[in-house]
Amino acid sequence: MSGKGKNAPRGASLWVPRLFIGISALFAAVMLILPLAVVLTEAFSSGLQVFLRAVSDIYARKALFLTLEATAASVFLNTVFGLAAAWVVTRYSFAGKGVLTTLIDIPFAVSPVIAGMIFILTFGRLSWLHPVLEEHGIRIVFATPGIILATVFVTIPFVAREVIPVLEARGTDEEQAAVLMGAGFFTIFRRVTFPHIRWALLYSVILCAARAMGEFGAVSVVSGHLRGKTNTLPLHVEILYSEYQFTAAFAVSSLLVAGAVIILTARNIVEFAARKEDSLNVH
Amino acid sequence: MYIELRDINKSFGDFQASRSVSFGIARGTLAALLGPSGSGKTTILRMIAGLETPDSGDIFINARRVNDLAPSVRGIGFVFQNYALFRYMTVFDNIAFGLRVKKEKAAAIRARVEELLELIGLEDFGKRHPAQLSGGQKQRVAFARALAPNPGLLLLDEPFAAIDAKVRRELRVWLRDMIRRLGITSIFVTHDQDEAIEVADEIIVTNKGRVEQLGAPPDLYREPATPFVADFIGESAPVENIAAFRGFEANVQGTPGAVRPEFLKVFAVGDVIQYPNSVEDAVVDDVAFRGAWLELGLVLRGIRLTARYSLEKQPPRIGDFVKVLVYRLYAFEDGKVSLRRNAELNASRHGYSYSI
Repeated sequence: MSGKGKNAPRGASLWVPRLFIGISALFAAVMLILPLAVVLTEAFSSGLQVFLRAVSDIYARKALFLTLEATAASVFLNTVFGLAAAWVVTRYSFAGKGVLTTLIDIPFAVSPVIAGMIFILTFGRLSWLHPVLEEHGIRIVFATPGIILATVFVTIPFVAREVIPVLEARGTDEEQAAVLMGAGFFTIFRRVTFPHIRWALLYSVILCAARAMGEFGAVSVVSGHLRGKTNTLPLHVEILYSEYQFTAAFAVSSLLVAGAVIILTARNIVEFAARKEDSLNVH
Repeated sequence: MYIELRDINKSFGDFQASRSVSFGIARGTLAALLGPSGSGKTTILRMIAGLETPDSGDIFINARRVNDLAPSVRGIGFVFQNYALFRYMTVFDNIAFGLRVKKEKAAAIRARVEELLELIGLEDFGKRHPAQLSGGQKQRVAFARALAPNPGLLLLDEPFAAIDAKVRRELRVWLRDMIRRLGITSIFVTHDQDEAIEVADEIIVTNKGRVEQLGAPPDLYREPATPFVADFIGESAPVENIAAFRGFEANVQGTPGAVRPEFLKVFAVGDVIQYPNSVEDAVVDDVAFRGAWLELGLVLRGIRLTARYSLEKQPPRIGDFVKVLVYRLYAFEDGKVSLRRNAELNASRHGYSYSI
């Protein structure tokens, strides 16, 4: 009877938790496990040869590379921005602080398609910026920079949103103590602040990467769907699917599934490690 | 004067935390900033440290004006209210932090940290993390960390506030003895008058952003300069009109004041009463055991007073009638405090006595 009903009031009937466990399990099976199983079986339905050909196809590889590129860029930029934003929001009071914290959340509130449209309007042919960019030979929309911008945009909130509460809860007293002893900004960040936020940061980076890899809507708008140039993996899947190459579509999808599984595993490891350290070492 | 503040003002928005604060503290003194919460005592400490900047006025440490100096070059050690130990560093690394920032040699750092660990009696705790220490041990580590770079001035913000009552007393004595032994000029903030009286050489009483009085604990206790100090120090009971008491009729009607427990003498049934013309009837409404004495809550003409009562005698019960003689009291006039004696005590040295 390991921990069964340990939080339930004594004598409470057990059918309510059983019912909810049943509903959750059924829901997960139908909505999550079944589709994933279908993806994997479809991917290998025509044999390993077909699967390998689909995933090693030049366009699939280019799409994978572009996806990884956009993911790396958005993780890097949002880590820098997220840390800077979290730092100023929790450590200083300044005019427009409320506006900044609201702005950080905008990508969560705005539909990704609208986000894509924003970049088309800002950098596309209709924009007054377009002639300037054209003159310098810079292409943003329907090119890699546009893909990266769109991906960065939709993942902006992840790092800041995860780190702000941790910094808020920890307070500033340790940093003040370090300032009084004459430590510089980077020493304080590296030795005092960073240890507090490292798990939250890693966790948010993982979530950010997961979101960036799977982003479809915003990227779809700015991409222009140029095969081998501006197609990310999700876009590539859609193209294959609309060309009735079902097996190839599922094969490439399985790459994304594999990526997601790796990311979720990493997330669980990070959560476990963070909790262990918290309970052992730091209250 | 090692530390000197001259006419310091500081506001946070509409709230004026310091109003022309001026005081000086001699080298080697252990001083307490004592006041109720919101009286501006912590702000003063933080301005000396450089964690806050005064709006106007000058701060001198060792005859050098430090207003524009960064906190780290003022030569201070600071013990935070909740210690602010670096949670992700060991005790050793915590104490070594200030020395490492100053880029001292590793061997010198090790020697200094070990010396301090020995001083605070935690030699075997160097490898522990703050979370593995008790409140008292954390406080000692915070103390050692503040002392490590050999500061000329030690500042402590409510150093005992986060410790449970049992350990607090013990730690107070420890900290006082340690600071005296090291001879380091120190200022600590507290809202607890017992703490200030027991630990400090000098007390600076603050109220509403002002310094009310500065003095040695006995002087402050015996001769409060302002009504606030008379009320705040000791267990004074405020009185709206001192002329209402027998023996104090000569005072101007409506003069406010305060009565301390030691200004009262309580006579129970069967006691020999001195100065019967001046004793008043009172009802006991509270009896509390305070260790070496009983504390009585008395209601005397609707005024609530506190008195001490010897444990040698049969204790009164709640609801008992007693006779009370007010020997002395503080009168508050024009913001000044004066000690008034009962007129009958002045008139006759002996009086006469009878029993009830």
